[in-house]
Amino acid sequence: MSFLQVENLAKSYPGNDAPVFENVNLTLDKGEFVCIIGHSGCGKTTILNALAGLEVASDGNIMMDGREVIGPGLDRGVVFQSHALMPWMSVIDNVMFGVRSRWPDWSKAQIEQQATKYLEMVGLGHALHKKPSMLSGGMKQRVGIARAFAIQPKMLLLDEPFGALDALTRGTIQDELLNIVQATAQTVFMITHDVDEAILLSDRILLMSNGPRARIAEIVDVTLPRSRTRHDMHHDPRYYRIRNHLVDFLVSRSKEPKPDGETHPPVVRPGEDGPSATSPI
Amino acid sequence: MKKEHWKSLLLTALLFALFIGVWFIATQPKESAQQTAAQDEYAALMGKGAAKSGGFPPPQEIGKAIVNHLSDPFKDNGPNDKGIAIQLGHSLGRVGMGFVLAILVALPLGFTIGMSPLLYRALDPFIQVLKPISPLAWMPLALYTIKDSDLSGIFVIFICSVWPMLINTAFGVANVRRDWLNVARTLEVQPLRKALTVILPAAAPTILTGMRISMGIAWLVIVAAEMLVGGTGIGYFVWNEWNNLALPNVIFAILVIGIVGMALDRCFATLQKLVSYTE
Ligand SMILES: Nc1ncnc2c1ncn2[C@@H]1O[C@H](COP(=O)(O)OP(=O)(O)OP(=O)(O)O)[C@@H](O)[C@H]1O
Ligand SMILES: [Mg+2]
Repeated sequence: MSFLQVENLAKSYPGNDAPVFENVNLTLDKGEFVCIIGHSGCGKTTILNALAGLEVASDGNIMMDGREVIGPGLDRGVVFQSHALMPWMSVIDNVMFGVRSRWPDWSKAQIEQQATKYLEMVGLGHALHKKPSMLSGGMKQRVGIARAFAIQPKMLLLDEPFGALDALTRGTIQDELLNIVQATAQTVFMITHDVDEAILLSDRILLMSNGPRARIAEIVDVTLPRSRTRHDMHHDPRYYRIRNHLVDFLVSRSKEPKPDGETHPPVVRPGEDGPSATSPI
Repeated sequence: MKKEHWKSLLLTALLFALFIGVWFIATQPKESAQQTAAQDEYAALMGKGAAKSGGFPPPQEIGKAIVNHLSDPFKDNGPNDKGIAIQLGHSLGRVGMGFVLAILVALPLGFTIGMSPLLYRALDPFIQVLKPISPLAWMPLALYTIKDSDLSGIFVIFICSVWPMLINTAFGVANVRRDWLNVARTLEVQPLRKALTVILPAAAPTILTGMRISMGIAWLVIVAAEMLVGGTGIGYFVWNEWNNLALPNVIFAILVIGIVGMALDRCFATLQKLVSYTE
């Protein structure tokens, strides 16, 4: 059984007849990095919030590590789309707030040490005592990442963590995230709008169709070596095939209705040439 | 920036000088003291000579009154001759007591209401009706039930300061950003810790705004309340000096009320600054 198993998840809001999404099935293995891509409003954040336990699904169930997810918990670290730092706390206090919640019995020195360690990991060792309002957007986002990592959760949930950043900052933080995730073998579920970001970071990419009645239409296996870097990825022909496949889906195929009889999305390997690249259906 | 500051200060000083100047000229004793019939009658009625009620006091008399009062602010020669500091002490004591009581009620209640949309809606009609009642309208009821003028004064301060605090606390607590609450939820923060470390600091600016409004109203109300119940306090002082027809003393007291009110407001502005945050 997979580490995370989502079965037939659906969400409808009262007053709307059509559910935002339905029949969402997905699995995550331990140590796996999975990105989800889809058009705005298709329900990505809602799925992530359901995984975080912040939102109750209308149907279906979520099992993580053999237990059903019924509410928010310290075993999942969430990085919010809007970073959600407490503006009255300094950078280190924000991270310490999380660490103290995770390990209430720790001494202040231990808590401080843990928080400092993770802030240094995201390159913020010099800004420990600044208020979030004094930081740039990228720095704030990194504090949010440090706060989520510092509680050493079983799974990280990232909601468009780099959405508001300029391309340069984005690249730097992507590299940092890649390093940390590779070093810690963290299980990650991440929402993004950026196709390149998804290819760089993920083992698999979930493609979501447009709502209402959105679903996971396809699962793309990213068959690039795990030790990829932003720089040499561009020289790999597989990268272009995967990228074209993703863009093609977003531009023209995301509106297609569900094929009859399909319950689980097909897994595709557009990076590979030959028969294995085509979808099994 | 600095230069602008000096300019405004200079202009303030000029306007003040102009004001005193106009006041001085307007209150010069006239050759033929032309009093209206009504003024004569009034003076006779009050049993005072025309000399004493000869018109609005000129600024130098106010100056004299200021020096006179500030030279012995702590004197206490019976109920009608207390120093200004003693009277202020009584007023500030009542305001302080009523205000602290209001905090003790408004903060926990406002927190509860703010956290529960149901209670918020259920209690809203009561608050909306009780809020616009002039606190002085409660005075007879307070005097009748409490039977103590000092406590009644405190009650009136309590009742007028409790509403802005209650409403602002409830509003601030109800409108804490969802994101911060979600952070607390994902971190499994216990309710009390959440209230103290997330909700309170998040709502603190709004709560302090409520307190600042409350203090402003309380300081307005205490003067009127003390005029009504008498005995001690700056309001009673004003009333007493009016009965003596000692207008310079009344004007002096008005000045003191203004300055103390401003000082109280500054205190809360400073507190507001301490708890405010930029997102
Ligand atoms: N409280 C609500 N009531 C009704 N509909 C809602 C509510 N919250 C979200 N929705 C609907 O659910 C859908 C999915 O929202 P969600 O925020 O999950 O989208 P998203 O995929 O994360 O979009 P984006 O990429 O823009 O962040 C939207 O169409 C939205 O209109
Ligand atoms: Mg979203």
